[in-house]
Amino acid sequence: MPSLKDLKNRIESVKSTRKITKAMQMVAAAKLRRAQEAAESARPYAERMNAVMSGLAASVGGSDSAPRLLAGTGGDQTHILVVMTAERGLCGGFNSSIVKLARVKAAELLKAGKTVKILTVGKKGREQLKRDLGSHFVAHVDLSEVKKLGYDNAQGIARDLIHRFDAGEFDVATIFFNRFESVISQIPTAQQVIPAKFDTEDGEGASTLYDYEPSEEEILADLLPRGLATQVFTALLENGASEQGARMSAMDNATRNAGDMIDKLTIQFNRSRQAAITNELIEIISGAEAL
Amino acid sequence: MADTMQFDLVSPERRLASVQAREVRIPGADGDLTAMPDHSPLITTLRPGILTVVSAEGTTDYAVTGGFAEISAAGASVLAERAMPKGEVTAADMDGLIADATSEAGEAPAEGKDAANKLVADLQALKAALGL
Repeated sequence: MPSLKDLKNRIESVKSTRKITKAMQMVAAAKLRRAQEAAESARPYAERMNAVMSGLAASVGGSDSAPRLLAGTGGDQTHILVVMTAERGLCGGFNSSIVKLARVKAAELLKAGKTVKILTVGKKGREQLKRDLGSHFVAHVDLSEVKKLGYDNAQGIARDLIHRFDAGEFDVATIFFNRFESVISQIPTAQQVIPAKFDTEDGEGASTLYDYEPSEEEILADLLPRGLATQVFTALLENGASEQGARMSAMDNATRNAGDMIDKLTIQFNRSRQAAITNELIEIISGAEAL
Repeated sequence: MADTMQFDLVSPERRLASVQAREVRIPGADGDLTAMPDHSPLITTLRPGILTVVSAEGTTDYAVTGGFAEISAAGASVLAERAMPKGEVTAADMDGLIADATSEAGEAPAEGKDAANKLVADLQALKAALGL
């Protein structure tokens, strides 16, 4: 039976925990709004880029002169997995769900006898993957110093990937990130970026016959690296929004749990105090009766 | 014939402009071109340069570095890697870009050398055109 003083200390400490989680929740909510705005304003660019590229890819894709970023190397022996996670924890299952997806994919590939390389973005994923897949790490991108995600960050990652691709380090690149659905739901997603794949659902790009200046191939060769950077950028932004969303709901839960705990402890505290008082009274009364 | 068309200028990070324009002067990779309403459909890549938009409110200049433009009869959209209103560009921005491009040109493989050097020259020309 804990003493009254212990209980009181316990309640105080849970109360301050609740204050912290509450504050973190509010910070995450503010950051989420900003992250969503960023994702929102990046959307028109990504959409157009995708539309134009899918049109181009459809018309050039079949020919032999198609750039390697689109056509691939012809093999699929070596895979690189770009695992994007957060730099910080305390965001529920956010990091684990991406890592889990990447781990399943890696196991699948290894089982099929492929070579797997892993490039991690964000500290948390690296820590989680280190134990069983550490030997497959090829590089790590640290974004912990980055205050606001910019296109430059994405471009850096894309450039690194292209350098490696040109050097023949891998055949297929896949990025792993959380797609932001809502505050309570983020969907871990794997997206193949090299060789490039496009959603061809909107036929808009194909319906208009464009003139190309310079030639289609040259434009495509120029656009593919940009397209890759755009895909990485979109993934980073989605991930950013998801992280804040996940943290917000995790902290909301934590705040609620702390509240429940305080209630429980308060009841326990009141009961023991009452018990002590009753005890004292009984002692006094039985003492008086004995006289 | 319509005398204005929808013009959008977007960069990866934000939408810079979305206006009804009378004409848009675009620094295309193969030379400057002016898009007016009912232009034939065209997709062109951009070189670093100044993009001029003429609309009912007047003329606006933007500094753009690479990207591409999609022109159709109904409108034009420019997807620029980096775009800023002319007045907001600083000499430091340009110097940073030029330094990046120069180091890139130094590392470029033989077949990409010309293109990389042209990029540096275009950036320097843009800087001069901005009067920085």
